[in-house]
Amino acid sequence: MTTKDIIKPENLVYGKTKLLTDNVMHYCPGCSHGVIHKLIAEVIEEMGIQDRTVGVAPVGCAVFAYNYIDVDWQEAAHGRAPALATALKRLNPENVVFTYQGDGDLAAIGTAETIHACNRGENIVIFFVNNAIYGMTGGQMAPTTLEGMKTATCPYGRNTDIYGFPLKISELLAKLDGTCYVTRQSTHKTANIVRAKKAIRKAFENSMAGKGTSVVEFVSHCNTGWKMSPVQANAWMEEHMFAKYPLGDLKDTEKKHYEEPAK
Amino acid sequence: MAKFKGAVVVDTERCKGCGLCVAACPSKVLGLASQVNAKGYNYAEMVNEDACIGCASCGYVCPDACLSVYKVTL
Amino acid sequence: MEEIKLMKGNEAISHAAVRCGCDGYFGYPITPQSEVMETLQELKPWETTGMVVLQAESEVSAINMVYAGAGAGKMVMTSSSSPGISLKQEGISYIAAAELPCVILNVMRGGPGLGTIQPSQADYFQSVKGGGHGDYRLIVLAPSSVQEMADFVGLGFELAFKYRNPCLILSDGVIGQMMEKVVLPPFKPRRTQEEVVAQCPWATTGKKGRARNIITSLEMAPEIMEQRNLHLLEKYRTIEENEVRFEDYHCEDADYVCVSFGSSARVCKSAAELARHEGINLGVLRPITLFPFPTKKIQELAARVKGFLTVEMSAGQMVEDVRLAVNGQKPVEFFGRQGGMVPTAEEVLDALKKQLIK
Repeated sequence: MTTKDIIKPENLVYGKTKLLTDNVMHYCPGCSHGVIHKLIAEVIEEMGIQDRTVGVAPVGCAVFAYNYIDVDWQEAAHGRAPALATALKRLNPENVVFTYQGDGDLAAIGTAETIHACNRGENIVIFFVNNAIYGMTGGQMAPTTLEGMKTATCPYGRNTDIYGFPLKISELLAKLDGTCYVTRQSTHKTANIVRAKKAIRKAFENSMAGKGTSVVEFVSHCNTGWKMSPVQANAWMEEHMFAKYPLGDLKDTEKKHYEEPAK
Repeated sequence: MAKFKGAVVVDTERCKGCGLCVAACPSKVLGLASQVNAKGYNYAEMVNEDACIGCASCGYVCPDACLSVYKVTL
Repeated sequence: MEEIKLMKGNEAISHAAVRCGCDGYFGYPITPQSEVMETLQELKPWETTGMVVLQAESEVSAINMVYAGAGAGKMVMTSSSSPGISLKQEGISYIAAAELPCVILNVMRGGPGLGTIQPSQADYFQSVKGGGHGDYRLIVLAPSSVQEMADFVGLGFELAFKYRNPCLILSDGVIGQMMEKVVLPPFKPRRTQEEVVAQCPWATTGKKGRARNIITSLEMAPEIMEQRNLHLLEKYRTIEENEVRFEDYHCEDADYVCVSFGSSARVCKSAAELARHEGINLGVLRPITLFPFPTKKIQELAARVKGFLTVEMSAGQMVEDVRLAVNGQKPVEFFGRQGGMVPTAEEVLDALKKQLIK
């Protein structure tokens, strides 16, 4: 059987989801954002919720996410996505609302918005892409930058005496009573991609069931910012990032719902 | 045991030649072309067609969704 | 049904919001406007009209909630006072750039910095010249009574949706805290979701039956960005042509005119009464819209009066726009009090005599 015989529509086992637009992504070759976008689009399509899903894309490399996933989008100021998502969900509770935030956005400038949306238990999904660096602005130090890791604004390595420590914000969010599901995933290998997709689906299902805030962190690479090839960056990520940001579920429960005090 | 045979179609204009699919393929089916596409990227291509088992690992790891994978059971 | 009540300006805002079919309020406490959210929480509109009321973690968050709600085509609003309005400026710039309708209330207090909780009008520049980054304008309504606080919520939403532009109600601590008789507007039901979708085909309501909607102010191509800037400019020109509002208080036979807005305009009206007892024909021009500014009206007056006294509770901000309108034809003087001090009618009359009549 020749390759030509195999390439027939009935034999297709993997292809681009229709919910991903035909726009070529602006991301650097090998960027983790692409796979994460693809998984989110696949899940939304499989769940059939594309007509009621609204995404919020704040400042960062993924600010252009609205060009790629075919749902309604609002672009947000740096760090403010959880505030937008809060209002979108509360004003239209039948909608499915998610944010797509980087580590500078979520763990630095938007810490307050993130923590308070999670603490209120907003029925939204927060996708958190942690590549330990500010990618869009050219690879500066992020709160998540590893100790000793070199970036454009810590060219000699992050000195924790000066800049403090890599912020494990998902662990912090898992402590809040409003979150129902906090998980850390990655997309560097097929098995991880399959697990990450399940986590995305679960997060959307939680939000639709009103269980509270779901946070899915993706430990990712920014091979351009890290000054490596994509393949090298994945290997470096496995070796260094996972030690600080171990993969797996940090929390899986349901937020406590309010009961009026007895009169 | 059933044997599988697969094939990969690359959207060569969408491909950025990142090489993640090459690294992910367990059967060493893919390589980067010596030719470049309109954007100047050495796009991915099948260099060892016969070895493809249609596992779609390449498709999963592709950040640009430019791979379609086909599979038949022999 | 209309209802006559005695209440504070801040409370009137809340009642009017519920009655005009507002979908959501997002706020953060700050004196002297905290009664707005307190009143809404007491009214519990989520049980009657379905309106969402939420206390956010900061002014920054509150304005971004408004940004999202406006993007979803909802009638949403926020309120704050000067330092909090400064915090909201980034969000306001985004809302203006994305051309979204919303209502923002500023119950001004004295500044700069933390300043004072007493009334002021020193946020005029911030309100009418932009405030945040980039070229944009807000529609700015300046109430001078509790009645106008109530009326301007509905008017604000009407203008905001007509032009897809944020509307700022620029009040101050006097109007916010003062109790007066107010006729509350009759209840208008909130729009159904079908009505929202029909009225706002651009909104992020979910892409059922249409291509996806994207609310953004980001544009990388300078050629397109410039077109967006020019489009905004054209819209602001249209607003300037159509929406100028002012109150003319005895300007018809006036030799001198006080130009003053909000609470200080009330003082100027008293000053005009005092002046007329002394045989001085003083009128008051009270701009109700600060943007668009009643430039033409001031130009008309400049042709026939002897001079203008601009009275503000600031170091003199609106006076610059009055001078631009008068364009050197007649003297334009300024009298103001700052730091939370409210001018008296006697002080205004005295300033008029010293600075203009001489």
